[in-house]
Amino acid sequence: MNEKLLEVRDLKTHFFTPDGVVKAVDGVSFILNKKEVLGIVGETGSGKSVTALSILNLIPQPFGRIVGGRIMFDGVDIAGLGQKQIQKYRGNRISMVFQDPAASLNPVYTVGNQIMESIMIHQKIDKRSARKKAMRLLDMVGIPEPQRRLNSYPHQFSGGMRQRVMIAMALANSPSILIADEPTTALDVTIQAQILELMVDVMNKTGSSIILITHDLGVVAKYADKVMVMYGGKPVEFSDIDKIFYEPLHPYTNGLMGSIARLDSKKKDRLTTIDGSPPSLIDLPPGCIFYPRCKYRMEGCARSYPRFKEVKPGHHVACHRHAEFLKEEADG
Amino acid sequence: MYERVYKLQNAISGEPGNKYSRSSLYKDAWRRLTRNRLAIIGLSIIAALIFISLFSPFLATHDPTLRVKEDSLKPPGSQYWFGTDILGRDIYSRVIYGSRISMLVGIVAVGISLLIGLGMGAVAGYFGGFSDALIMRIADIFFAFPYILGAIAIMAVLGPGIVNIFVAIGILGWAHFARLFRSSILSIKNKEYIEAARALGASNFRIIIKHIFPNSFAPIIVFGTMNVGTAIIVEAALSFLGLGVQPPAPAWGQMLSESMRYINTAPWMMFFPGMAIVFTVLGFVLFGDGLRDAFDPRMK
Repeated sequence: MNEKLLEVRDLKTHFFTPDGVVKAVDGVSFILNKKEVLGIVGETGSGKSVTALSILNLIPQPFGRIVGGRIMFDGVDIAGLGQKQIQKYRGNRISMVFQDPAASLNPVYTVGNQIMESIMIHQKIDKRSARKKAMRLLDMVGIPEPQRRLNSYPHQFSGGMRQRVMIAMALANSPSILIADEPTTALDVTIQAQILELMVDVMNKTGSSIILITHDLGVVAKYADKVMVMYGGKPVEFSDIDKIFYEPLHPYTNGLMGSIARLDSKKKDRLTTIDGSPPSLIDLPPGCIFYPRCKYRMEGCARSYPRFKEVKPGHHVACHRHAEFLKEEADG
Repeated sequence: MYERVYKLQNAISGEPGNKYSRSSLYKDAWRRLTRNRLAIIGLSIIAALIFISLFSPFLATHDPTLRVKEDSLKPPGSQYWFGTDILGRDIYSRVIYGSRISMLVGIVAVGISLLIGLGMGAVAGYFGGFSDALIMRIADIFFAFPYILGAIAIMAVLGPGIVNIFVAIGILGWAHFARLFRSSILSIKNKEYIEAARALGASNFRIIIKHIFPNSFAPIIVFGTMNVGTAIIVEAALSFLGLGVQPPAPAWGQMLSESMRYINTAPWMMFFPGMAIVFTVLGFVLFGDGLRDAFDPRMK
């Protein structure tokens, strides 16, 4: 089961803007195994989307650049590939579903045309068979009367159906990894579960892995096997889902867990908040970036950034005081 | 059940209910175009002009360059439908033959501008950076130059003649197309569906041709068709200045300039070539507008 599929090590993606260098992703490491769902959680601007875009080298030009680290996929460091080579991976071995399905489909082409395109970019088949395949894909993602709907334009579809189409396009070449960047944020709550179920369902059938980027901890709790929590462009904690939820080691993760409502909480319990706001990613101070907002900060925290390291088997965290938290946990 | 829903959707979106017909961008655009009355009027005018310029020898009643001294400045009548000019030439026949020059200048010159402008605009807009700066600064130089003055300069170097008019107007017009195309590429390049296409593994070339072009073509089409009118007018101005089509070849602009001195005594000399220009430009504008609507499936 635990076959390594993708290993990201010390990934650094920086944006060189006129105002200074924005370290949007700074030292992210994680491992994605086969048939696994990895959740990447963090607030807006924490670098989760840029991490996803970096994997396929889709960082907005001309400012963004991967300045360090490795992305090992299938024995190849795909971070170092040129445009021509990485194109063979995009949509083929690794594909992506974006946040807003209304904007992700080209308004001037029919849905069928666009699914066929995604097939024909990577496979040498004629139009007729591509069309047949597109029809099967539409059927698979649960769109009724696929034969007919191939001729519809994106504006004739509802939001949920458009996202189904995006998933169909992403699955067209049976990828090993599906990266979903907040796939349900733009959808109605009632549709969100359907779309997530569909993704997990289809990926289970094809035996692929999912990287699910979200800020919805409920979604992560339900679907992810592993979670990476990001803050200010850096990973703060990475572990199995249960450990993140029940034994969080980083004060930020802890704060996140305290800020979600639980069914089993008592009436008088109040939701906690994390004071302050995320830092600007330009000119970061040398210490821990969570220092200004941290409840457990101590003097040394402002001096150096804690290394992101494995403190228990399979549990990575970046905090100077992790040993104390570990001990507390062991003591109950 | 679904059948009913689709029929309803089709009614709303204006799509006909033909169930399994395969649709393409251009087929659909054509269908929407034919439903637009003004566009059809514009198209009819253009078609008529093409017909007239192709079959001028059959439509003309006289030799357009033949001078009949005793029939000088005759008003419109049964012999000379549009009257005659100071040299006794038949204005009707001259207007008919003049359509050839105007159509050629309009279409070929705009075609040249379009080719240069689209190429330059695509490179500048899509790749940005240094190529963008370089191309747009060159375009700025062209903008800084008065259009007519530039045309005069080029014509003075190349010498008068119809082919040189194509070249002069074509070269002068590219900067407008480049700037327009660049700006529409800039607005579309950051759309999510372009990113989505890139995430699917589409190459730069494919993204430009398949995804950016059709979405950024609407303003180009409108501007291009209107520019045909501008080109026709510039040709008229050049002919007026003696740098364009050489007499006695009939060109509308030249006929207008000849009519100036007789505007009170023989207004028909000015009226008919003037109306020819008006209708030609109107035809292209109406058609351009209709095309823009037709290419946008969200209209209606």
